[in-house]
Amino acid sequence: MKFVDEFRDADLIRRAAREIHKLATKDRTYRIMEICGGHTHSIFRFGLADLLPENVELIHGPGCPVCVLPKGRMDEGLEMAEDPNVILTTFGDMMRVPGSKGSPLESKARGVSVRMVYSPLDALKIAKENPEREVIFFAIGFETTAPSTALTLRQARAQGISNFAVYCNHVLVMPALRALLDDPAMRLDAFIGPGHVSTVIGCRPYEFIARDYRRPVVISGFEPSDLLQSIVMILRQLNAEEPSIENQYRRSVPQEGNRAALAVMEEVFEVRDTFEWRGLGLIPKSAMKLREAYAPWDAEARVGIKGLRVLDPEGAQCGEVLTGRTKPHECRLFGHDCTPETPVGALMVSSEGACAAQYRYGRRPNALT
Amino acid sequence: MCLAIPGQIHEVLAAENLAVVDVLGVRRQIGTDLLLDDPPVKGDWVLVHVGFAMSKISEKDAQEQIELLRMLGEAAESRDEVSSSAQDPQAEPDDATDSRGEPTP
Ligand code: SF4
Repeated sequence: MKFVDEFRDADLIRRAAREIHKLATKDRTYRIMEICGGHTHSIFRFGLADLLPENVELIHGPGCPVCVLPKGRMDEGLEMAEDPNVILTTFGDMMRVPGSKGSPLESKARGVSVRMVYSPLDALKIAKENPEREVIFFAIGFETTAPSTALTLRQARAQGISNFAVYCNHVLVMPALRALLDDPAMRLDAFIGPGHVSTVIGCRPYEFIARDYRRPVVISGFEPSDLLQSIVMILRQLNAEEPSIENQYRRSVPQEGNRAALAVMEEVFEVRDTFEWRGLGLIPKSAMKLREAYAPWDAEARVGIKGLRVLDPEGAQCGEVLTGRTKPHECRLFGHDCTPETPVGALMVSSEGACAAQYRYGRRPNALT
Repeated sequence: MCLAIPGQIHEVLAAENLAVVDVLGVRRQIGTDLLLDDPPVKGDWVLVHVGFAMSKISEKDAQEQIELLRMLGEAAESRDEVSSSAQDPQAEPDDATDSRGEPTP
C-alpha cells in the first residue's frame, strides 16, 4: 500500500459518485464547504465537481493560510527584511504573494535577503551558519504547521541560538469557522473538515458545530475517493437530519489528535486577543503568538509591529472568494488583471488558493470532463 | 501549506527524534518529535509535513475504508462485475437496489 494510488482508483471513485447521485434528493440543494485549501486544490485537480449532481454544490472555504494573511502582515514582514543584517526565510508558497510593495520574490530580486525554506528547521540551520546575521522565519499556517514552528523554537532556545527569531502568523481554524457560522448571510449545510489540521487537534473541537449549529462535519482525506466518500457521509447525515462529527480520514487522524503536538504548541504559543483575516476581518482569539518565555526569539517583540491594516486593491474580491460568497471566476479581475503571472491576490498564487486552482485546472467551472 | 505527504520510514536514526523516510522515491531526514507517544519503526508509514512526521498512517484503517467504498453499490451488481477490474461502463447510476446499508465509521 502506498496510501495514494489506492485512493485514486477509478472503480472506487465511480462507486462513490454513483452513491452521491442516489443520495442527493432532488427537492433540495446541498451546499457543502470544504474548509481546507488542500481539499479545494484536490477538488479542482481531479474535477470532482463534475462528478456531482447539480444540487450538490461545493463552496471553497478560508483554509488557505497564505490567502487569509492580510496584506498589512505581509508588508510588515517584508519591511523587516529591508534591514541589511536580516535574512528573511519563508515557505515557497509565500514567495510570490503580493504585498503592497511587491512579493518576497520581488524583494529578493532587488537584492534583499529572502530565502525559501522547506522546514522551519532549515531556517534555524541558516541562523547557525550565519551567526553574524539575524535570521527571521516568517511563520505561517494553521494547527498543522504550528507544532513544527514550536519545535524549532524549542530547539533554538535549548541551544541558545540568539540570532534566530520567528515572525508568527499562525492562525486557528475553529474561530474562523465560528465567524462563518455566525454570519447571517452564510448559507452552508455542512462542512468537509480539514484532514491534516485534525491530525493535530483531533475530532472533539468540532463538536459545537453539530451540537449548536446543527451542521454535519466529516473530516476528510485528500484523495478523490476520500473526498467523495466524505460527501456520501455528509449526504446521509443531512438526509437523516442527524448532524454529527465523523472521521472519514481515520487512517491518519486519531480521535484525540496528537498529544505531543498540542503540548509543544501550548508550551511555546499563547492565543492572541485578536487577529485580522482577509475576508473575515478581526476575529477574537483566532491566532497565536509567542509566550513571554520566548520573547527573545519573537521578531515582533524585537522590531516592534505597527499593526498596519492595508486594504486589498480596488476590484479584488479575495475576501468574498475566501468566505464562499463569490466563486473565483466571478471575481471581476479573474483571468484578466489577475493571473498566476500577474497576481493581484494571494489566492491566485498559493498552491491552496481557489483562484490558482480554478485558473490552472479549469476556467470553465462544471465543464463536463 | 497543510500539504502532508505519505512517506515510509527507511531508518530510525540513533540521534534523538530523527528518521530517514522515503517520500515519493526521495530519501529525506525528518524529525519524529511529534510521534513520541508511539515511536516509529522501520517500515512504518507516516505523514510528512514541513520536515516533521505528523502522524502514523494506519494500514488497517486504510483497508477498511477501501472495503467500505467497494461495498457501495455492490448489492446492485453481480459477483462477476464486482470481481472484474475497474472498467464496467455499463453500470449506470440508476441502479434500483438500495445499497445504503453499510455502517459509517
Ligand atoms: S481573481 Fe485575483 S483578485 Fe480576484 S479573488 Fe482571485 S486572487 Fe483575488
